[in-house]
Amino acid sequence: MKYYDKLIFECSREGRCGYSLPRNAFPAAGELPAALRRQAPLALPQVSEPDVVRHYTNLSQMNFGVDTGFYPLGSCTMKYNPKINEEMAALQGFQGLHPLMPARLTEGACKVYEEMDKALAAITGMYKFTFAPCAGAHGELTGLMLMRQYHINRGDLKRTKVIVPDSAHGTNPASAAVCGLEVVEVKSLANGRIDVEALKPLLTDEVAGIMMTNPNTLGLFETEIGTIAALVHAAGGLLYYDGANMNPLMGVVRPGDMGFDIMHLNLHKTFSTPHGGGGPGSGPVGVARKLVDCLPAIRVSAFHGNFGVILRAYAYILALGQEHLRKVGQYAVLSANYIKESLKDVYKLPIEGVCKHEFVFDGLINDGAHDDVPGATTLDVAKRLLDYGFHAPTIYFPLLFHQALMIEPTETESKETIDAFIEVMRKIAAEAAQDPNILHDAPHNTPISRPDETTAARNPILKYQENS
Amino acid sequence: MARLPYLPHTDADIQAMLDKIGVKKLDELYSDVPAEFLHKGVYALPPAMSEQEIRDCFASLEAMNAKLKVFVGAGAYDHYTPAVIPYLCARSEFLTAYTPYQCEISQGTLRYIFEYQSLICALTGLDVSNASLYDGPTAAAEAMKMAVACTRKKTRVLLSRGLLPHVMEVVETYARFHGVQIGYVPVMNGQTCPNCLKAELAKDDVAGVIVPSINRYGIVEDHTGFADAIHAQKGLLIEYCDPSALAVVKTPGEWDADIAIGDGQPLGLPLSYGGPYVGFMAVKKEHMRKMPGRIVGQTVDKEGRRVFVLTLQAREQHIKREKATSNICSNESLMALWVTIYLSLMGPEGLKEVNKLSTDGAHYLYGELLKTGQFEEVFPGKPFLKEFVLKPKQAGLQERLEKAGFFAALPTEEGYVSFCVTEKRTKAEIDALVKAVKEG
Amino acid sequence: MSKIIEGLKYSQSHEWVKVEGNIAYIGVTDFAQKEMGDITYVDMPEEGDDVIAGEEFGALESVKASSELISPVSGTVVLVNGELEDAPEKVNEDAYGAWIIKVEMSLPSELDALMDAAAYKAHIGE
Repeated sequence: MKYYDKLIFECSREGRCGYSLPRNAFPAAGELPAALRRQAPLALPQVSEPDVVRHYTNLSQMNFGVDTGFYPLGSCTMKYNPKINEEMAALQGFQGLHPLMPARLTEGACKVYEEMDKALAAITGMYKFTFAPCAGAHGELTGLMLMRQYHINRGDLKRTKVIVPDSAHGTNPASAAVCGLEVVEVKSLANGRIDVEALKPLLTDEVAGIMMTNPNTLGLFETEIGTIAALVHAAGGLLYYDGANMNPLMGVVRPGDMGFDIMHLNLHKTFSTPHGGGGPGSGPVGVARKLVDCLPAIRVSAFHGNFGVILRAYAYILALGQEHLRKVGQYAVLSANYIKESLKDVYKLPIEGVCKHEFVFDGLINDGAHDDVPGATTLDVAKRLLDYGFHAPTIYFPLLFHQALMIEPTETESKETIDAFIEVMRKIAAEAAQDPNILHDAPHNTPISRPDETTAARNPILKYQENS
Repeated sequence: MARLPYLPHTDADIQAMLDKIGVKKLDELYSDVPAEFLHKGVYALPPAMSEQEIRDCFASLEAMNAKLKVFVGAGAYDHYTPAVIPYLCARSEFLTAYTPYQCEISQGTLRYIFEYQSLICALTGLDVSNASLYDGPTAAAEAMKMAVACTRKKTRVLLSRGLLPHVMEVVETYARFHGVQIGYVPVMNGQTCPNCLKAELAKDDVAGVIVPSINRYGIVEDHTGFADAIHAQKGLLIEYCDPSALAVVKTPGEWDADIAIGDGQPLGLPLSYGGPYVGFMAVKKEHMRKMPGRIVGQTVDKEGRRVFVLTLQAREQHIKREKATSNICSNESLMALWVTIYLSLMGPEGLKEVNKLSTDGAHYLYGELLKTGQFEEVFPGKPFLKEFVLKPKQAGLQERLEKAGFFAALPTEEGYVSFCVTEKRTKAEIDALVKAVKEG
Repeated sequence: MSKIIEGLKYSQSHEWVKVEGNIAYIGVTDFAQKEMGDITYVDMPEEGDDVIAGEEFGALESVKASSELISPVSGTVVLVNGELEDAPEKVNEDAYGAWIIKVEMSLPSELDALMDAAAYKAHIGE
């Protein structure tokens, strides 16, 4: 990767263009009334086609993706994105469909939704899916709306609280608040699981339900899920399953069987569609049979959700089929445990035992702090990993540990890649013990060094200005 | 059984890894799962397909869809996509990256988002854009929440009945759960009614008003006096726009709007049966800290080089948790790249030309359809660009045109039919459509 | 060691209060600004807003965190420190000089529940 400094505006020259439009064969329509016309100049760049291609190719070369190398970003499931998925999503017979075309014109698309619904129901044990949500957070919000709608439909209007574990991703409480629910936090035990005794007194008749991730954000299976489900249901609440961590359960455990009533899936995690630099994703929501009637009241996106993403996920499911489904879960778990066991003598493992698809270290065992030199932090380890050609794990999440370093290898990485990562992680630990400054100054080999984020936030520059 | 090419594990690899972990079988990795929850049955999925079988399967599905010339808009527009865009967006460095958390190896993503933000500001005439949202309707819902957060004591948001139906439905869904009251401003003579707006504002509880720059009938609206009336009550003016049309119609900035929102789909995104699209949002500077979504800012690295980072993150859910204004985590990044490349290629002249071609084509179709004698004008003399409605004298027009190879004459709830012409529609196609109308 | 000034009142949540008759100047302590690191934004109420003792009136933001500001007293905001809008770093540079809001107190007896310098010193364990 090399540093490339241009912005597209700086490639612009008056009079150049990158478009090719047909000759105008129509008589000229009358002009808009002046009061409705744009007066301001339109400051878009003027760039030729080759310049555009070169500019964005240069930009791409400052980026790291799954196709570049190992991307062990915890809770993001950065698995390989099969290329057949892209080819299928690009088919003109799907791309050219207008979203308001009636079903009689879109039988192929409708069939994709039907088959996806069946497949996801089979994989998760839910009854029916809606594909409208465009991302995980969007699915979460949709799921919570369905939870509230269920109680409203039953005339049970006082259920306005939702229980969220303290280990939850920040999106959970944020989605709850957007949905008008009050968040009640339940504590985790020292072993990282929900404290069932602490949960019991929270289960009042004002509780709409509980949001859970299982395995949770520490990568640990919530072993008491059976008891929790029985307690929540007995109190009249529903269980919501955050599908961010579904990957290890593929082909092994179904959320529906654990008692969950509502769940979302991240097709861009578990079902191999590309993350696209932060989207588009797709967050279909599945419900148990008793919630099916709630679905029509909730409209959360423009039309049928992110159809292009759903096509990709469907191609992936066809490739997996019955035969390979279980391997996804098993190999993801195998790789995570292998890394954990190979590194726990140099990184602090706060909770022992088998993990699922990911696990959390709490920083280095020996951070190298001495005299006036501060020790190497999790941020330092993350930045140093970039020097060695790996993406960093998720850092400083979950909030239960101060130096959290959350590693998720996924099932698509080879043992050689994983061994190379382990070796580098050990090397970094050794560097930290010897001279933490090597880590403080990292990264050294990337297109840029650490940025001044404080100035960025204090004096925000959020758009291009000439001579900036 | 054939192997799955996405899984590199050999039997020897698996054994070596199990040995290191200290377990004998893969199943032991699930020893923490209560036995009752281990799925014992067979998963009801089709057998695994080879790549060619997947191609064949999709080909047969594709063949089940009709292939029609699209003459409908209503929130999704069949504009032309330059070949460069899918080519560049398929670059795996863009496609297979995630949110740019590690900025040192994500400058590509961060730079194009910064460009995208700059371009959205240029189009809308507002100060600050975020890194994009899911789609137009959810951007409207976010703007609704934002208006309530910005104005604090106000509890009601007004929607113009001129907004597209699906935009209203999404905003209503969010409002119902978020606890925001929704009021409505009717359309009179094809345009959001200014006097009705003033009557609603007089109730002094309005946090914001969402109005369409171009409404569901295709009419370019006149919002003279809206901003002053709304600002006098300390509410926010929110303009829902077609970003392509902003090259020629008065901008949210020129209307003195506080927030501009809309769907980026008209900027060269394929119809794709409704998604993925991309929502955009731009705001006046004073509201930027209440804006949802990712934002990229410019700064310097240790060597003083110009670099880009995610910034103003203290607004967001991963820090504010339940106190965040929005639960949005990511953006619609790849589609923002799509829009960025589109606007770079088109430039100011190209985008104006797209509008000119579409508008001229639409007005030609409008005139030709009237000449058939099978329609009545609904809003005579009202200004429109690429989209319009007419009142048909006979029912069943849409189905008849389908048989002739056109997706056109979309019925509206008022009993009108809606048409749209983009620069992709040729004069020959329009003439053929008109002929099909005549032949009934 | 964090700086603590004699003669000010302190809250559990690390705000200080400087009393002038019925008027209270409110800011955050040196300890709080150190804990927070580089402050990038001070979210302040508007003049004329009411604040209530024990309730949030704004927030301090850094790059990676947001921390609520809790009002130690009840009353009406008569002035906000506009200087901090463009220069939030002033809180880092001089926590006791950079007052955030000026409040006309409605219940000055609430001051009795606050700590003096010695008690606050013990509170932060320095």
